[in-house]
Amino acid sequence: MRDFILFALIVVAGTGGELFVSRAMKVAGEAPSFHPIEIARLMLRALRVPWMWAGVGMMAVAFFALLGALSLYNVSFVVPVTALSYVAGAFGGVTFLHERVSPQRWLGVLLVAAGVTLVFLGKS
Amino acid sequence: MSQHPPIHLKTYLMLAVMILAGPLGNVLLGKGMKNIGAPVIWPVAGLLHTAGMILASGSIWLGVLSLITFFVAYMLVLSWADYSFVQPASSLSYGVVALLGFLMLGERVSPMRWAGVAVICLGVFVVARTGPSTTRPSAQPAPQVPEPLQVTEQMQAAERV
Repeated sequence: MRDFILFALIVVAGTGGELFVSRAMKVAGEAPSFHPIEIARLMLRALRVPWMWAGVGMMAVAFFALLGALSLYNVSFVVPVTALSYVAGAFGGVTFLHERVSPQRWLGVLLVAAGVTLVFLGKS
Repeated sequence: MSQHPPIHLKTYLMLAVMILAGPLGNVLLGKGMKNIGAPVIWPVAGLLHTAGMILASGSIWLGVLSLITFFVAYMLVLSWADYSFVQPASSLSYGVVALLGFLMLGERVSPMRWAGVAVICLGVFVVARTGPSTTRPSAQPAPQVPEPLQVTEQMQAAERV
């Protein structure tokens, strides 16, 4: 149960955080160059987008759940299991956003799930 | 290639930073947490002790620094490329994390776990080959993203050969 909560937090909060940050960056705009001042300016602009704060908050939750999981298991086990976010993303898209998920995407999700299963089986 | 060298270069450079810094950060966090041992989160005194141990760990701070590097590279890439393009490229980090776990922490990675990591990468690629149209928010004006389109064309061209 404890493991389930930890991995669920990593997957759900991590995926949600990434989506929010991704959306925030689309609002904030593109970095015109690699100049440090331009990058700093872009970061400041991104911090003014509310999506960014929601995303960073969720990523923080996922981070502490990750620390908890890493104290219990090997990193080469924990990180592949977090790939379940692709499975969660597909199901979340269908159930909450009523997105249409193509057969090919389901195939990819199935492969990810199969890979995580292999990682679980190879745990010992 | 010669038409858009800056776009290619900066994209691949930032992807490389992501694929190295992300796994490195996770492995360093794993190292730090392994040193600390099982965290005590109750009673509150135990939680404070655990938090103190985490804050005092050099590996954790290095890991956080590495993850911040990853995060900045990730945000920069996302500011000009689509999530559905960045996602499969960064799936290589699952392989890198297993490799670094093995090399830096001496974790025993069984053949079945390697196979699992490979299948996960394959799955992420298949997920990403599907069109991004189902995920693109329609409320935003479409940003200029020549890079992913080009890559898709290249992949299609490669398929035809």
